[in-house]
Amino acid sequence: MAINLKVNGVARSVTAEPDTPLLYVLRNDFELNGAKYGCGLSQCGACTVLIDGQAVRSCVTPIGALEKSEITTIEGLGSIDKPHVLQQAFIEEQAAQCGYCTNGMIMSAKELLDRNPRPSEPDVRAALASNLCRCGTHNRIIRAVLRAAQANGRT
Amino acid sequence: MNAPILTRRGFTGGLGTLVVAFSLDPNLVLAQERLPGSLQNNRKLDGWIRINPDGTATVFTGKVELGQGILTALAQIAAEEIDLPLARVRMISGDTRQTPNEGQTAGSQSVENSGTALRMACAEARAILIDLAATRLGVAVDQLKVTDGVISAPDGRKIGYAELNPDLNREATAKAAPKPPASHKIVGKSIPRFDIPAKVTGGLVFVQDMRPAGMLHGRVIRPPRYGSKLDSADETAAKAIPGVVAVVRDGSFLGVVAEREEQAIKAREALRKSAKWTLGPELPDPARIFEVIKSLPSKDATIGVKQGAAPTDARTFEAVYTKPYMSHGSIGPSCSVAEFKDGRMTVWTHSQGVFPLRAELVKVLKMPAAAIRCVHVEGSGCYGHNGADDVAADAALLARAVPDRPVRLQWMRDHEFGWEPYGPAMVMHAKAALGGDGKIADWEYEVWSNSHSTRPESTDGTNVLAGWYLAEPQKMGPPTSPPQPAGGGDRNAIPLYDFPNQRVIHHFVQDMPIRVSALRTLGAYANVFALESFMDELAAAAGADPIAFRLAHLKDPRARAVIEAVAKKAGWKGGEKGDGTRGRGIGFAKYKNLACYVAVVAEVAVDRATGMVSVPQTWAAVDSGLIINPDGLTSQIEGGIIQSVSWTLKEEVRFDKDGILARDWASYPILTMPEAPKVEIELINRPIERPLGSGEGSQGPAVAAVANAFANATGKRVRDLPLNPARVKAALA
Repeated sequence: MAINLKVNGVARSVTAEPDTPLLYVLRNDFELNGAKYGCGLSQCGACTVLIDGQAVRSCVTPIGALEKSEITTIEGLGSIDKPHVLQQAFIEEQAAQCGYCTNGMIMSAKELLDRNPRPSEPDVRAALASNLCRCGTHNRIIRAVLRAAQANGRT
Repeated sequence: MNAPILTRRGFTGGLGTLVVAFSLDPNLVLAQERLPGSLQNNRKLDGWIRINPDGTATVFTGKVELGQGILTALAQIAAEEIDLPLARVRMISGDTRQTPNEGQTAGSQSVENSGTALRMACAEARAILIDLAATRLGVAVDQLKVTDGVISAPDGRKIGYAELNPDLNREATAKAAPKPPASHKIVGKSIPRFDIPAKVTGGLVFVQDMRPAGMLHGRVIRPPRYGSKLDSADETAAKAIPGVVAVVRDGSFLGVVAEREEQAIKAREALRKSAKWTLGPELPDPARIFEVIKSLPSKDATIGVKQGAAPTDARTFEAVYTKPYMSHGSIGPSCSVAEFKDGRMTVWTHSQGVFPLRAELVKVLKMPAAAIRCVHVEGSGCYGHNGADDVAADAALLARAVPDRPVRLQWMRDHEFGWEPYGPAMVMHAKAALGGDGKIADWEYEVWSNSHSTRPESTDGTNVLAGWYLAEPQKMGPPTSPPQPAGGGDRNAIPLYDFPNQRVIHHFVQDMPIRVSALRTLGAYANVFALESFMDELAAAAGADPIAFRLAHLKDPRARAVIEAVAKKAGWKGGEKGDGTRGRGIGFAKYKNLACYVAVVAEVAVDRATGMVSVPQTWAAVDSGLIINPDGLTSQIEGGIIQSVSWTLKEEVRFDKDGILARDWASYPILTMPEAPKVEIELINRPIERPLGSGEGSQGPAVAAVANAFANATGKRVRDLPLNPARVKAALA
């Protein structure tokens, strides 16, 4: 059946079962690479997107429940040419090794900065507690989020 | 030696097909001059670098990006020597149709092997360009200057690389001297990595992100445990699931292909539920796993023998250490896209070695190598031999069933945890005699370990999972162990310390009750843990400070320098003692005894009530010789420390007789963001020394530093990893 979704401000439609996890629709139908399959179990955070401003695991969120929601993916934050302040901060801190978890880190950080624009370092660590990183890039990620918060404070 | 020396052109011309890389008959290689790094086996200049008509250069490497920043580092080396700005150097990596065959990207060897080849090849290409310019301009070579791909004469005349159109289709000689380090403008700089902007903006980066036109989605169904045989599965019901295009069965290999990913997942679940298996052998009793490993047949080698004066007044000590099976734990399960078209198979893969993978696909698919192309595309970080090669074989088997349509297969989370080859469980037995002078007089060390390399390109068998389950099953290749000095299970088993008497025995255990292969550092993590823990135990017995005790046994000035540097950075006070809940410890190693020197100091905090250990802070000092990219090196060392702390505090692949129990992040927890230690790193740059591999240098020192810090904090020694709450509470009881 056709399901209507609003993704990054654009109305989209997809023909899929309503129990289809949002992740597969974002990636396969809307060709958005950012959200990643990591576990399909809401354990690792690689698939994180914002739904009405809340950081949500798209791998376990069925599309059938989202027709009235605003979905934001990392592509909706900025681009290589016009990066979001968080994306810019991740580049400046070189806060990625393999980069597979990066989407989830940035989207969870986005939710954090939206509700707490000047987080402390422990605030950042706590906000990212359910986003797993395997390369050991943790400290650079924390620095990048704090850098983005500072940059926000200046503008 | 009368054998003719064949050039690659000679081979390919005769075959009439494009064959970029091959292994020369070793007898032929003997007749040739030994060339440095990977030039030795890939001897044509244009196999490494080509000058394009627009004045840019294309640089080829057989090494691949695994998230370690290697392509940026190699581009820096190439750009430096060819004298082009980085923006005009294009990298092509890991493609059986285009690049040199450099085997696996593993073992912290890319800068040393590929980097050395590129340094020499690009220096030679630059010299050829200058020679051409000298002829063209009628000016002596030493009068010419090169800036950003333009060669200029003293009178102001200039000529660009593209105009010179150099013929680089020739044998490398490695005779052109690379630039002196003092003149480096690109090497030694913290150049931002090329790959990061796309990674933070949702760019098409990973093989997981590929979606070629007409692409289908595959999933596979694996048995309950190793060695099981598929009796039946309800293929008809699976085919009736909407979107299913094919159910693929070959013996006990079972997979499904569907139009949509969620349809493939549903069909996989249906097949999994209906599948009937004759179960393979039970797994060993986990409580006895170390006894089992020690009891299995082993090939034993005595290494690192030193014989000096026998001690007279010595006290002897011994200790046994263990390390469990550990998972690579890639955040993204392994993935591949395969397409079978016009009788040719193309496989996009995040394998660490596209040529070795192709060798296995030849056997699994029964297709000639010339009809199979493997192309590297980045995947989630792998940290060694994870499911990357296996999923590529799975994808190829599925793609063969649906010609002309590419198939994307990503393993489910339980497959990655349940079926990848783990880092082996190991047992280390250390014995030493401590002389009356407080110095170690005799050292004996034994290590028992399975293979740390069951990677593709087996000499006798097929080292991809699917091959073992086909209707005509292929056998797993014989386990291998890299020889000393690098070593496998015995990597870093020989101490770098100067002991008068020493004997090390490597028991290379042949039978594998649980599938294992290469995990970042191979045996070094466990051996450095044991060796450096035992050093601290002996220092305590001698009443010596651990750092002073190490320095008293260590002549190598570069080793001493990193230990002294980390002690200074951490503000180490000789003889500092923990207070029951907090303490600090040190660990040191020269990785593989031939790569980077790393010393780490760790601080631990122990919650005696819960048994929880945390590592709030670490310090490290690193000597990697000539540093190519300081920020990249820092990132690798820091990442290695944090990963090692995760291994050390938390990680263990659990199993019972019925099978593997690690199936998700709840059953295999890793370090989380609030738990990650802070890391301060000091780099010791040595521009006149060759660059040393560093991607795996810090894990060993980090585990030892944490284990020693725990003992320093609590006065109790834990010799079995991980330092989990149950073990810690038992030690403190």
